[in-house]
Amino acid sequence: MKKTIIGVVIVAIVCWLGGSWVLAKQQPSQEKITIVGSTALQPLAEAVANDYRTKHPQTSIIVQGGGSGTGLSQVQAGAVNIGSADIFADQQDGINANKLDDNIVAVSGIVPIVNEELGIKNLTMKQLQQIFTGQIKNWQEVGGPDLPITVINRAHGSGTRVAFEQTVLKPGMQAVNAQEQDSNGTVKEIIRNTPGAISYIAFAYLNDQVQSVNLDGVAPTADNITTNKWPLWSYEHMYTQKQPSQSTANFIKYMQSEKVQKTLVTEAHYISIHDMKVEKTPTGKVTERK
Amino acid sequence: MEDLRQRLTQPSVESKQEASGKVISYLAITLIGGLVATILIFLTWKGIALFTGNHYSLWDFLSGIKWRPSDHVFGALPMIATSFSVTLLSGVIALPLALVVAIAITEILPSTAYKLLQPTIELLVGIPSVVYGYVGLTVIVPFLRRFFGGTGFGILAATCVLFLMILPTMTSMTIDSFRAVPKQYRNASAGLGATRWQTISRVIIPSAKSGILTAMVFGMARAFGEALAVQMVIGNTTVMPTGLMHSAATLTSVLTTGIGNTVMGTISNNALWSLALILLVMSLAFNLLMRLVSRKGVK
Repeated sequence: MKKTIIGVVIVAIVCWLGGSWVLAKQQPSQEKITIVGSTALQPLAEAVANDYRTKHPQTSIIVQGGGSGTGLSQVQAGAVNIGSADIFADQQDGINANKLDDNIVAVSGIVPIVNEELGIKNLTMKQLQQIFTGQIKNWQEVGGPDLPITVINRAHGSGTRVAFEQTVLKPGMQAVNAQEQDSNGTVKEIIRNTPGAISYIAFAYLNDQVQSVNLDGVAPTADNITTNKWPLWSYEHMYTQKQPSQSTANFIKYMQSEKVQKTLVTEAHYISIHDMKVEKTPTGKVTERK
Repeated sequence: MEDLRQRLTQPSVESKQEASGKVISYLAITLIGGLVATILIFLTWKGIALFTGNHYSLWDFLSGIKWRPSDHVFGALPMIATSFSVTLLSGVIALPLALVVAIAITEILPSTAYKLLQPTIELLVGIPSVVYGYVGLTVIVPFLRRFFGGTGFGILAATCVLFLMILPTMTSMTIDSFRAVPKQYRNASAGLGATRWQTISRVIIPSAKSGILTAMVFGMARAFGEALAVQMVIGNTTVMPTGLMHSAATLTSVLTTGIGNTVMGTISNNALWSLALILLVMSLAFNLLMRLVSRKGVK
């Protein structure tokens, strides 16, 4: 009795597997795109991938995090189709940027944030620099209350930190040894709850629970970024190998299209690449965009 | 006659079972042994790449107090010191509590308490570490912040989380070692006119000593290797630990935050592998210690 039941179950499983295999064979072959890398870009990539899938059901897109370093090394090794990163491949140790194709898919603003009760709404670039190098240790020195400054930094090698330090610190300067958190969300939470804390996050994560800081009187807005009046911003990249597959190229073209940039990208609080009036080189030099 | 001889000399069903069972168990052993060996070899090979491939001095690595991956300065001492301090602190706080709870459950409370509490404690042992980390982030850190000021992140928060995490493990192992003490010991002690406290302190604890030490080492080994829960509450500052409320970074927390931002084969990545090698060596040391302790108990 027992044996017949087991036999029937096995036959059923074999039939089911065989049947689904045949069915899968009959369907037109799926094109697969794997995107791995930047966790900051992940929500946007997922949103665009969902949108793309509804229009091109033949394409299956897998979006994974893992960090910019992982994305770049995986795409260099050819393990994935797209490696997303919020730093230039040139800035990452161990990556040969000449072997990769850089596709800029969005611009991300970075804004310094402080605890709301602090009452600091404006800092000069010089002050920000001195705070993050540890030269200014008390808020009194920049016109705030008598409160020690608690710097919260991002993890070493995180894209946001690389972009922030490239603009704020001068070459050779060393950031103060401070707490490091590895996500925008945690940073925001700490700043909200800790008197005297300062950090920086991507625009996409900014809300009214924390106080954003103006720099030299300039407000952190999308308009100010397009002209580089607000200097803290970075590109979001999707790197591919030279000569990517047709479906990969199509997806990136879709991502960069006027329509996606106007809707999904802007809705996610990134800045459309078509709005930018300036461009930035890997070394941080900003020039007029032709 | 021929028929009988053939039947007797032929391999029986049972001996065939024996043979196939042997093959299966040898295969399983080879698989597990191979896995362990692969991990050991791989980790050692990657871990020493910093010293053999990048020619970074081993002494600088072990005694340096600056960890600046962007400048290619890798001093692992702050992380080693922090890992040891949080492990020791949580172990030292958890041990007496585990002891007291175990004594209460096995010696003092009625046996219904054991039947009720043992499954509860074992349930706590199985809770994933991320849950402890989350409790730490939402309860312990804000509490410490209100009480001591600062950010609340730091060594004390990590110690609290680890303490919560290893307490069930240590308690349940201590209970087992107390229950392994033969009943005759207790009866003999009572027969000599000893009070309950005298029996507990002079007879039961000494004879369960090796079990208690094993529980402590086991709990501390778990604390030492814990990554996620610690990383969530310790603040991740790679400096030498100087105070309980100061944020610091353990070997595991630096590993988890750093590994996604580096590229395989680069010096920063190799340095992380070297940290992992230290972790492996330390957990092997904990294992050896545990064996030594429990062997002493048998004598």
